[in-house]
Amino acid sequence: MTETTSPPAASEAPAYPMTRSCPYRMPVGYEELRERGPLTKVTLYDGRQVWLVAGNEVGRTLFPDPRLSSNVLHPNFPFLAPRIAAQTQQRAAPPLVGVDDPEHGRQRRMVIPGFGIRRIAALRPEIERIAEGLVDDMIERGSPAELLSQYALPLPSAAICALLGVPYEDRGYFDERSRHVLSSAGEDEADRARTAFTEILTYLHDLIARKEKQPGDGLIDELIAHQLSEGSVDTHELAMVCSLLLVSGHETTSNMIALGTVTLLEHPEQLARVRADDTLLPGAVEELMRFTSIGDVLMRVAVEDIEIAGQTIRAGDGVAMSTMLMNRDPHAWDDPDTFDITRSSGRHVAFGYGIHQCIGQNLARAEMEIAFRTLFRRIPGLRVPVASDRLPLNAPYVLQGVAELPVEW
Amino acid sequence: MTGADVAITIATDRCIGAAMCALTAPEVFTQDDEGVSRLLPGAPVRAHDGRVREAVRACPVQAITVHDD
Repeated sequence: MTETTSPPAASEAPAYPMTRSCPYRMPVGYEELRERGPLTKVTLYDGRQVWLVAGNEVGRTLFPDPRLSSNVLHPNFPFLAPRIAAQTQQRAAPPLVGVDDPEHGRQRRMVIPGFGIRRIAALRPEIERIAEGLVDDMIERGSPAELLSQYALPLPSAAICALLGVPYEDRGYFDERSRHVLSSAGEDEADRARTAFTEILTYLHDLIARKEKQPGDGLIDELIAHQLSEGSVDTHELAMVCSLLLVSGHETTSNMIALGTVTLLEHPEQLARVRADDTLLPGAVEELMRFTSIGDVLMRVAVEDIEIAGQTIRAGDGVAMSTMLMNRDPHAWDDPDTFDITRSSGRHVAFGYGIHQCIGQNLARAEMEIAFRTLFRRIPGLRVPVASDRLPLNAPYVLQGVAELPVEW
Repeated sequence: MTGADVAITIATDRCIGAAMCALTAPEVFTQDDEGVSRLLPGAPVRAHDGRVREAVRACPVQAITVHDD
């Protein structure tokens, strides 16, 4: 019997996403993906082929294109893993990240005053106090330590709670739950992620109710005083928006602090330069963002045909935007696989690009600068006793990073 | 005309408060209390100012326009 059709060879549309073996290097298969060109196809877990955007210019053109939708409730929206598909469908569309304009724009405009650069600058002394306090505790408990749970996670946790106005004593409640929502890997953890999200949402409903009676000092209080009392948002949407900010504010930066520490320790000459010259720190943070690209794959669905890079993305096609491949595009940077804190990495898309670009990016920058400066100043002999390719890593379809980080000094 | 003052406009209705412009060219751009980007009053801007061009490119929603005559 003659085959009339045959599935495409694996090499035509490789399986995606791919797993890193070293937490800050590209997965092995990325070399080939990069050579194939800026816009190619890959195959997801369910056999579906989607577009893979790998080129920096093509990515920077497509990210702002309104014909690419972030609406996770679109029937053709692609997911990277069954767990994410199940989680998203049960939860309804998350605000901001899972909706398009005009809904997105209304939600975004509501919260951007809280993340303005002057507001973040004013928060820096508080973030410095948080970092110093955590290092004090770590030194007191002594070497060895686990950096993720003792430093990298509680630091951004305390900072986003301070910004939002979540009471200090409630902070610990979120640390574990946020981790379950965004980074828990196995299929068996889907229930835990769902429970954690529900608990966070319930807490925020309670907190909003408490704050309506007794206002405090934070972004949530401002949103209650203005948007909620004016009726431009209801309590449920406000709780959803705040829970998204709270969870995103925990998990993203904590992965960057842990993975950034590993990356700097494994590039000791560059670490020495940062320590000797504080003015190199902001550039080092940008380069860490570019180099590690922890939020590697951002999914979209085309809602109209798009002609780009000599191809046609059809309405209904799934699109996987690989920030790591865009950030390692040899057309955009010389020696893109070299970690160089002095390079101009300003055109990286590690915070995304387009209307969904990270709202907390300037908070994250401040947290990272303070976290690295404080850690390496206070514990100059810090080391990781295992090679980075032996550290336990997060699953390929969630934020990239190490699942734990043993340190000694 | 290289070296001449140029006009810059910001589509503030499109601004998403990323502050990339204010980070890239802080002598020209700032943010208001709503987190929306604004031009610093009286900021001298020249057509050849590379940082302004970079700010235009850095803006994630392409809300900044430089008007060359």
